Amino acid sequence: MTDYKISAKGVQVYYGDNHAIKDVDVQIEDKTVTAFIGPSGCGKSTFLRTLNRMNDTIDICRVEGDIRIDGEDIYDPAVDPVQLRAKVGMVFQKPNPFPKSIYDNVAYGPKIHGLARNKSDLDEIVEKSLRKAALWNEAKDRLDAPGTGLSGGQQQRLCIARAIATAPEVLLMDEPCSALDPIATAQVEELIDELRQSYSVVIVTHSMQQAARVSQKTAFFHLGNLVEYGETDKIFTNPEDPRTESYISGRIG
Amino acid sequence: MSTSKHGSLLTLDARTKKRNAAEKRFRAYGLGAIGIAVAALTMLLVSIIANGASSFRQTYISFPVTISAEEIEAAESALLKTGAYNKIIQTGLLAYLSERDLLQDTPEADAFGMISGEAGSTFRKFILANPQAAGTTFQLDLLANGRIDGYYKGRVTAETAVLDKNVTPLQLELADRLAADGALVKQFNFDFFTNPDASDQRPEAAGLGVAILGSLYMMAVVLCLALPIGVAASIYLEEFAKKNWITDIIEVNIANLAAVPSIVYGILGLAIFINFAEFNQSSPLVGGLVLTLMTLPTIIISTRASLKSIPPSIRDAALGVGASKMQSVFHHVLPLAAPGILTGTIIGLAQALGETAPLLLIGMVAFVKEYPAAYSDTAGLFGEAATALPVQVFNWTQRSDPAFVERASGAIITLLIFLLMMNALAIFLRKKFERRW
Amino acid sequence: MLPLSVPFIATAVLSVLGYVVARKRALSVAGGDIRTLTSLPHQHGLNTALSTLLPPLAVMMVWAIGARIAARSDVALVPENPTMVYIILIGLAVTGFVLSLLRISTSFRARTASEGWIMGLLIFASTIAVLTTVGIVLSMVSETLNFFGQYDFRDFFFSTTWSPNFRGDSDLGIIPLIWGTLYISFIALVFAVPVGLFAAVYLSEYAGPRLRSVAKPLIEILAGIPTIVYGLFALVTVGPLLRDYFAEPMGLGQSASSVMTAGLVMGIMLIPFVSSLSDDIINAVPQAMRDGSLGLGATKSETIRKVVVPAALPGIVGAVLLAASRAIGETMIVVLGAGAAARLSLNPFEAMTTVTVKIVSQLTGDTDFGSPETLVAFALGLTLFVITLGLNVMALFIVRRYREQYE
Repeated sequence: MTDYKISAKGVQVYYGDNHAIKDVDVQIEDKTVTAFIGPSGCGKSTFLRTLNRMNDTIDICRVEGDIRIDGEDIYDPAVDPVQLRAKVGMVFQKPNPFPKSIYDNVAYGPKIHGLARNKSDLDEIVEKSLRKAALWNEAKDRLDAPGTGLSGGQQQRLCIARAIATAPEVLLMDEPCSALDPIATAQVEELIDELRQSYSVVIVTHSMQQAARVSQKTAFFHLGNLVEYGETDKIFTNPEDPRTESYISGRIG
Repeated sequence: MSTSKHGSLLTLDARTKKRNAAEKRFRAYGLGAIGIAVAALTMLLVSIIANGASSFRQTYISFPVTISAEEIEAAESALLKTGAYNKIIQTGLLAYLSERDLLQDTPEADAFGMISGEAGSTFRKFILANPQAAGTTFQLDLLANGRIDGYYKGRVTAETAVLDKNVTPLQLELADRLAADGALVKQFNFDFFTNPDASDQRPEAAGLGVAILGSLYMMAVVLCLALPIGVAASIYLEEFAKKNWITDIIEVNIANLAAVPSIVYGILGLAIFINFAEFNQSSPLVGGLVLTLMTLPTIIISTRASLKSIPPSIRDAALGVGASKMQSVFHHVLPLAAPGILTGTIIGLAQALGETAPLLLIGMVAFVKEYPAAYSDTAGLFGEAATALPVQVFNWTQRSDPAFVERASGAIITLLIFLLMMNALAIFLRKKFERRW
Repeated sequence: MLPLSVPFIATAVLSVLGYVVARKRALSVAGGDIRTLTSLPHQHGLNTALSTLLPPLAVMMVWAIGARIAARSDVALVPENPTMVYIILIGLAVTGFVLSLLRISTSFRARTASEGWIMGLLIFASTIAVLTTVGIVLSMVSETLNFFGQYDFRDFFFSTTWSPNFRGDSDLGIIPLIWGTLYISFIALVFAVPVGLFAAVYLSEYAGPRLRSVAKPLIEILAGIPTIVYGLFALVTVGPLLRDYFAEPMGLGQSASSVMTAGLVMGIMLIPFVSSLSDDIINAVPQAMRDGSLGLGATKSETIRKVVVPAALPGIVGAVLLAASRAIGETMIVVLGAGAAARLSLNPFEAMTTVTVKIVSQLTGDTDFGSPETLVAFALGLTLFVITLGLNVMALFIVRRYREQYE
């Protein structure tokens, strides 16, 4: 039996009366980049947000089914979403640094979760996270400058550093490059490939090239259904489902 | 299963527990803040209503009086006309008391003292309005003295009466006998809304008539000036003015005027309208002008917001069929913005109705016993002295007799009812004409 | 008052007449076929009516103001004889009437002409707001200068005693009044800012729609209540309550009017002000900020305390400044709740007084505009105006900058 990091069975998501995710089963491996692709409104982002219970913040959203991380049901009443989100970090579509200094942005997570015993500990975490996010060289001389003053690509890497700083095991990325220019996108993609060494990365993207470039596994969503899931190479070269094929060849989407 | 460095999700670690407790506390502070605000509102309303509700009911003494045509003639030719009428009232009261054997050991003067000092003039007005009453016997309802009224509202007791030179315990006993006889009754206090103010010694006769009329006059002035000027200014600023430093100054200026302390408008009114233009002090005209200047920024701000909410497509459509910019505004934009403008105006008027401080400075705190006419040859339009509802409240808080606190609270209830109606109207208009673009 | 009603009525009648005549004339020029006209008959009518009415009206206004200035300064700025003015005014009206009628032709653009008049009216209306400010400043500055002519400004600004004496020889130092004003405002803000802010945060971040639909209007009612009502509340309820349960048992004073009474009641008044301003400002913080923080595993309160409020801080500071300006300028609550004795003391249960209270007391009752005891009110008013203007402009500036940041 393969050692799955996340396993979801029979997941249904409703927004009020709208059935947004229909009976999705998926197993996500550790130390792998898994891409969710599909046309807009297919539910890929919604599904991503169920994995760290970000949907909890929306009143009318309801989740059914069974989602386990390391074998633990994350929708169990005993689970605190706060603790879950420390383990399952998230990077958003639009870079959203806090209106604070670069240092404080990265230190935010470790501070609230109490990951540093003292200031030098915290300094170390910040440096390590910025290095991992490939931002250290650009930012080390201006850690006190506001994070909002960085360029778009730098901001997104700052947000990745911020997510890494809490030492998550899973990293969810919701179209992390959609607001970036091609050069910044290439940098972030390179970074994602490196992050695979330490984390299980799940990335939502509407760019098929991106999915092909960065991921090992790909899941194709359509109208709330998980149509096909498998090795990225296989999905892009030899899809089983006709819907996947039409999407990949550009006929729907 | 891999062992996680985060530990099991199913058990809360100590830090998460602490953080969740902090979360709970934070929510409690939030709820507490709302609780404080609502409690303050409740306390405020309860205190005002508890103090003021009783002012809507007043104690009257009712007994038969006979007056002949000769007596009327004699009274009308007397130097102190109300004094003569008082005598007739006293005769009537005495006759009634001895007929029912109620006087007992109470001195006559005490019995007379139970009737309001205002009774003579009330009686005179009644006779002058009903000359056919001459020569007949009829039942007369007269205001009881403020202390007797206070006895039935819990302000005065036999113990306090001993110490009070304005009332004696014997009077209270007589009042009880009269009440048992049905001659002393509490009725709905219509006089409170129609009487003018009364002097310190006659709280029972003090009413809001002049104040309500003065407030109405001022609202008329504000409505007639602030609405057209405010709408015209908004149209210019929103639809025609070019963005440059002049319009920028006008805009900052309007925003600032909306936040200038109201008392400053009072100083302006005193200096410009009274000292410079020499309009009459205490007149609703000056009050209305001051309140107009004060309300104008509010109306401009809300009117501009309603004009802004009309989509440009409407303007384009009108311009597209060859209307001038002015026509597109007056024929299309303005009618569509009208409900919003009206709502803003009513809210501005409500604000003006409750405003006190500037009116104090232009002399509206004066003691006014005569109803002001809307127009007179000597004083001009709205030029006769008047008071206003909120100023009347202030005026009464400055009197020593605690009966005036009751009056002041009653006046506030009246004021709040007016405000409630205006706001309800505004909400109704907004709901009825609300339009989503 | 000037007897302007005669020329006014005459002009108004002529103006209405102008409308009717111009319409008729336009129709007859068109020979009954209005398609030949560049402007419609009623537009010709409107143009004539406005041409007749507005110029004399403007002159009347200038003349009325000029006559007042003349009467006060003994300078003959305007003709003494009203008949002269009547002739000028009515002459103007008739000229406008005749000229505009003569211009009526098939090619005359009456619409443009009448719109010009209307535009003039619109511009005039929008200058009234500016004139108000000018009026405020002028009226206070001239009387203040008058006051400083009779009383040394150094004593006004730096003396610590306030004891006006209508026989003359008064001490009119503003310091105790400023102290009372600031002390009361401080207590009001210490009460209102946390309560208003927490209420706004709870309502916008936590409360369900049911609670919000009840609590929000209830708090807004507080904003609609006139200040005289708060004043009476301070006088008859809060003052005696504080005296009987706090001041007297603690031996801090016997007065129902006190800094605490006025401050607390003013604080209640400011709650809706702070909460509605903060509500707007908190809602302007983008949702992405909250998501970013929640996605890192922050709790809601951590997100609010460490991300939302710091991000909204400039706006909140602006709101607090506006609230402070309100508190400093508030009159009725302090008139009824704070007391009349000017005092420099730290004890919040003592009666103190404020700038606004003294403006009211110096300008009501028998006033003599030649004496410094009355004129001082204008200097107080000007001080008050300058302080609140500074706070308002600063707050408006900060809030504007803050909004632009998130637009």
